[in-house]
Amino acid sequence: MVQVTINGIKYEVEKDKTILQACREVGIEIPTLCHDERLAPYGACRMCLVEVEGGKNLVTSCTTKVRDGMVVYTNNPKVINARRDVLDLLLSNHPMECLTCEKSGNCKLQDYAYEYGLVDGTYEGEKRNKEIDDSNHFYYYDPNKCILCGLCVRVCDELQCTNAIGFEDRGFNTIVATPFNQGLEKSKCVSCGNCVSVCPVGALQPKTKVKFRYWETKKVRTTCSYCGVGCQMDLLVKGNQVVGVEPAFDGFNNGLLCVKGKFGYKFINHPDRLKKPLIKKDGEFVEATWEEAYRLIVSKIKETKENYGAEAFGGLTSARCTNEENYLFQKLFRAVIGTNNVDHCARL
Amino acid sequence: MMTLEKLREIKEKTRPILEDRLKKEGKTEIREDGSIVLKGDYYKKQVRIALRNCEIINPDSIDDYIALDGYSALGKVLFEMTPAEVIDVMMESNLRGRGGAGFPTGRKWNEAFKYDADKKYIICNADEGDPGAFMDRSILEGDPHSVLEGMAIAGYAVGADQGFIYVRAEYPLAVKTLKKAIEQAKEYGLLGKNIFGTDFSFDIELRLGAGAFVCGEGTALMESIEGKRGMPRVKIHRTAHKGLWGKPTIINNVETLANVPIIYQKGADWFRSIGTEKSPGTKVFALVGKVKESGLVEVPMGMTLREIVFDIGGGVADDRAIKAIQTGGPSGGCIPADLLDTPVDFESLAKIGSIMGSGGMVVMDETDCMVDIARFFLDFTVEESCGKCVPCREGTKRMLEILEKITEGNGEEGDIERLESLAETISSASLCGLGQTASNPVTSTLQYFRDEYIAHIRDKRCPAGSCQALLEYYITDACIGCTKCARNCPVSCISGKVKERHVIDTETCIKCGTCMEVCPVGAVITR
Repeated sequence: MVQVTINGIKYEVEKDKTILQACREVGIEIPTLCHDERLAPYGACRMCLVEVEGGKNLVTSCTTKVRDGMVVYTNNPKVINARRDVLDLLLSNHPMECLTCEKSGNCKLQDYAYEYGLVDGTYEGEKRNKEIDDSNHFYYYDPNKCILCGLCVRVCDELQCTNAIGFEDRGFNTIVATPFNQGLEKSKCVSCGNCVSVCPVGALQPKTKVKFRYWETKKVRTTCSYCGVGCQMDLLVKGNQVVGVEPAFDGFNNGLLCVKGKFGYKFINHPDRLKKPLIKKDGEFVEATWEEAYRLIVSKIKETKENYGAEAFGGLTSARCTNEENYLFQKLFRAVIGTNNVDHCARL
Repeated sequence: MMTLEKLREIKEKTRPILEDRLKKEGKTEIREDGSIVLKGDYYKKQVRIALRNCEIINPDSIDDYIALDGYSALGKVLFEMTPAEVIDVMMESNLRGRGGAGFPTGRKWNEAFKYDADKKYIICNADEGDPGAFMDRSILEGDPHSVLEGMAIAGYAVGADQGFIYVRAEYPLAVKTLKKAIEQAKEYGLLGKNIFGTDFSFDIELRLGAGAFVCGEGTALMESIEGKRGMPRVKIHRTAHKGLWGKPTIINNVETLANVPIIYQKGADWFRSIGTEKSPGTKVFALVGKVKESGLVEVPMGMTLREIVFDIGGGVADDRAIKAIQTGGPSGGCIPADLLDTPVDFESLAKIGSIMGSGGMVVMDETDCMVDIARFFLDFTVEESCGKCVPCREGTKRMLEILEKITEGNGEEGDIERLESLAETISSASLCGLGQTASNPVTSTLQYFRDEYIAHIRDKRCPAGSCQALLEYYITDACIGCTKCARNCPVSCISGKVKERHVIDTETCIKCGTCMEVCPVGAVITR
């Protein structure tokens, strides 16, 4: 443990923590745009600047470790001014489209602009003007809204290990791009959407046909139903309709999802979705109760087993079921029906 | 296998041949102590240590290098000294990094030496990128073995067996010379396995830079060697502890390494006897700009700017008045003429708002506009910023836009304050040295030449007469009314009767300068 003085108050913190980690632990908020605890420190956005007594320049709290006796200021005028200037520079190269931007209400840049009292960027001059890449089926990249925090590039590299995107060009002209600028569709991108989940601004957005604002939605915690892994996620629900999915950071999936979990939620509100069992009567499917359906299944199983024996059955279960469900299914076939003809789609 | 005996034999055999050749060429003289120096006024006040062999030996011949005591220092440290002793000598000599920051080389080596690891690296930073600087290039092209020997000594000191030279691909001759030198040194057993038959092995490989200025920054350089995009890393670890591929790494500049062998030949005391107390030794400068004799000069630290420009460089070209000296390249500052007696060393230059940098020294006269000079360097930085951190990527661009506005005659009240506040943010909030020093050309010109900025903004006038947009062509009463200017003007903005004084319509004038060129009596002036 080391002793650190933050804003005049002494704290005992663990030795290997960064200033940012130490501050967050004791409840001092420091703004960040490029930081993610799951990734290696990057230090690009310069929003988490703090002053350390005795230092020549301000330091980024995400990349500076605490030392015994360190005296840190996280909100003195020098720090606040530097952060304001950094924000000002970002806003000066950002399209002010908050009124129609899908990210509005869930945008860190917007939040900080509000916190630091900036209406617009004060520098007049060139703004980035590049083409939107909407070649991917599930999301699009708008380089003009991008603040180049690098979270998408680093998540793709360090967590997803796909390396589909990187930085292109340099200085003011830098953008996030795919190799040889062939577009997301032709890249190695697996559409996991983990880049979309971490984007702090409206640069990476899911393609959605439903219009909604973040403040109209409520989050419903659920388990992804696509496979047995059991990723935790929050459904964004507007009224009674699911309009988006965000990965849960407190689940074991640690903020990650795959393409199915992130983007494959539209079946939930789809008109073709089966909600009640159907029984074919006179050549047509007719809605029935679960009682009716189970009774029919039991009678058919009995009939078939009597006439043709247990080996006439074959059972296939699905990776979308949990381990427990799959266990019960094979138990049903082996113990109740009496056959080993049972298999699973993931084994193929 | 190379032995000390063999090394001496090569030296004794080659030295007379080399002396013969030099005598025939007549460019050099041999001093009483046996050292060979270049002749002429330009070299009289210079003390050449890093450049000691340049233009004297044949860079393609390892024998020539050995003839002038080459590789004797490596032999000496391997047989007579422990790594700790090697580092002690380096600390004692107080050789400071010649790449610009001036960090003591011995302390750097010691950090890597103390850090236990299974692999360590020595990197030679040969990614010289300052506009107009070419000292590293001259050493690599003129005396490559001094760098190789310096690296091997550094390798022995810290316990590294692998070195990399990161050299820019824009230096094809340096690359070729280095390749040949490495090959020769390996053949002689002066690089590779069991050097001089000892347990010490050291290999050197070349890595070519792809033209990004920022790759001269140590951590960006390592990223580039690792095959990644050249962007600076955060300094959460010291390079001497966790550098290239996470292993202890020493990065030394070409000129620093060229100084290393001779320190072990002649001793730390000898080295400290040259230069100043805090900045011992010499520094190579690329003396360019409006100076009579431009070129590389190597002088003891502490020599004044005046001595360098006037005693060595022969003064200002066309005998104009000197206005300023820009030192340190795009990270440096402009020093006004009244500070010409400042001694050149790390501390003195920093005190007056400039830096030593890698050693660029641009002489400027009264026709150079200081606002435009600041704009030129900012233009360079904006182009070369890697784009990682916000203040450098966005801030330098905004600074450049304001400077362009001022030089184009559209400056407004408040622009200077804007520049100053931007400079403050960029220098205190940027990630790496490139951003932290990017505003130096602006702050130093604002400090010493503020009135020039004010003249541009308030009076729409460029006192140096250099900003094209602010020039006004004017016909004086010396005009003889020959009509030549009116006939040659491409936009027909000159009017006047024959044998009467002509007038330029400044609204229509495109400032092409044709009238001035064709006027037979010099009546057209700019103001």
